[in-house]
Amino acid sequence: MAALAEKYRAEIQSILAKYPPEHKRSAVMPLLFVAQREYGHLDRQAIAEVAALLQLEPTEVGSLIGFYTLFHDRPGPTYRLQVCTDLPCALRGAEEFARELRQELNVSQGEPDTDGQIAVEEVKCLAACDRAPVFQLQEPGGIHYYENQTLETALAVVEELRGRAGSD
Amino acid sequence: MLRNSEAEPEVTEPIVLRHRVLPEFDRLTVYRQHGGYQAFERAVRSRSPEAVIQLVKDSGLRGRGGAGFPTGVKWSFLTPGVFPRYVVANADESEPGTFKDREIIERNPFQFLEGVAICAHAAQANVAYVYCRGEFWDLTSELDRKIAELEGAGLLGDGLFGTDYSLRIYTHLGAGAYICGEETALLESLEGKLGQPRLRPPFPAAEGLYGKPTVVNNVETLANLPLILERGVDWYRSVGTKQSPGTKVFSLSGHVKRPANVELPLGTTFRELIFEHGGGILGDKKIKAILPAGASAPILPAADDVLDSGMDYESVAALGSALGSASIIVLDETVNIAWAEAKITDFFEHESCGKCTPCREGTYWMKHILGRLMTGAARAEDIELLHSVGTGIRGKCLCALGDFAALAVTSGIERFGTDFKVHAVNGQ
Repeated sequence: MAALAEKYRAEIQSILAKYPPEHKRSAVMPLLFVAQREYGHLDRQAIAEVAALLQLEPTEVGSLIGFYTLFHDRPGPTYRLQVCTDLPCALRGAEEFARELRQELNVSQGEPDTDGQIAVEEVKCLAACDRAPVFQLQEPGGIHYYENQTLETALAVVEELRGRAGSD
Repeated sequence: MLRNSEAEPEVTEPIVLRHRVLPEFDRLTVYRQHGGYQAFERAVRSRSPEAVIQLVKDSGLRGRGGAGFPTGVKWSFLTPGVFPRYVVANADESEPGTFKDREIIERNPFQFLEGVAICAHAAQANVAYVYCRGEFWDLTSELDRKIAELEGAGLLGDGLFGTDYSLRIYTHLGAGAYICGEETALLESLEGKLGQPRLRPPFPAAEGLYGKPTVVNNVETLANLPLILERGVDWYRSVGTKQSPGTKVFSLSGHVKRPANVELPLGTTFRELIFEHGGGILGDKKIKAILPAGASAPILPAADDVLDSGMDYESVAALGSALGSASIIVLDETVNIAWAEAKITDFFEHESCGKCTPCREGTYWMKHILGRLMTGAARAEDIELLHSVGTGIRGKCLCALGDFAALAVTSGIERFGTDFKVHAVNGQ
């Protein structure tokens, strides 16, 4: 099974071209992002595929997934609204913002909503302390910042995401 | 009395945040109209790498990522005669309170990339990587487009400016780990491994990326280079203090009216930053404390001698803290410092990479003791226990993260003991 190698041949080549041929292990994290975009999460098969592309042992690839927080080893919500609640954001109401957003969506911390599409998670510093409350939207295809948020603007984002999920 | 003006105060001419005064500065044509890429071209054509290193040494530029180590001196440690060499720009900005590198990359990308190029020329490197934290996903895609634009304009690539010098810059995305801002952990991560710090020596200048001589510099440090080369050492040293020349981008956050990046000469007072540029304290409350280096340095009571102190590496050290990356978090009178320390400890406990026992276990126990304090389940002796765990971490880890995790907590107990006692008494 080499689905990624087939489907993303050009992208994989351009990733590998960044690093010296004898050090292609450097490409492991970029390739894990490609795999996560394709499969939504990184299970054993995805890990094996990435390992095969780089001639690494699956264990060497698998160990990275627990270490780096942006990789997910099990199926989860499609959209993760990740609110920074570290000190500078907390001083500007980020904890209340996260709490109210969860309340409004009727979800608990980190748990997806009833459709399994959307979760509100509290995360560590996003380097946007001057624009709190802030969250990043992590979806399989990327990560986007939403800054200077209010409950209303965040709920509008959720509505838009639900519309997107419904039309899939 | 403290000034509390609502109007934006005058700012000295920016060296790094030039996009604030020059419209559309993130466009290559505009950047070049303002002299962009002349410094790099001149360096490649007619300045030897040794001459550039000497010039940067003479400028007194110090690393803006937190350590404040002289940049030119760091470059001069590259092992002679060993190639290939690498340059790595550290854009893994993840410290609570820090948001300056992001603005530089987003709004002034070409000056940053020219800085990377100048550094690569000085290091005689033909490949440079920009290690961006994974959360900067959109920013990194945009940076890729800017790099492609430079290649199209003949400012990156092979045979630059008719010489035989070639340079490629590549971005590399991290995936969520604060520790990767530590330069040796960053190199491990860039090699495709767990981002855990290396034992030093050897330092990266001797054995860095792939075991080759490597310069790792912060984004802001690199963004200073084009103007230093263009305008010279005397001009650069006319700004800031003798030992800390130049400007610094201060990331001002917390309980101020206008949280923002503010570029000011090193040595500007806390009072000017907070009360003039930041507009004073939210709701006109009283200021209680300052964290001058984000979460990673001792906390300072906002007394008059602190507020009137200059923000440069030496002056802040003399106050019993550190300037670090100059992320100034302001806390007003309503904040209980034990609560603030609990937030900070949560961060470090989560971000400890697990390699060194004192940090891995120490942050875990600090978090638990602070948790007891916050839920009213603590005994009075827990405060002393917390202090001893913090002290036990310090100086015993491979990288600075261990010290960072302990410093705010131990200093908090020493300088704001009452705030901790309130919680312990409730728990008895």
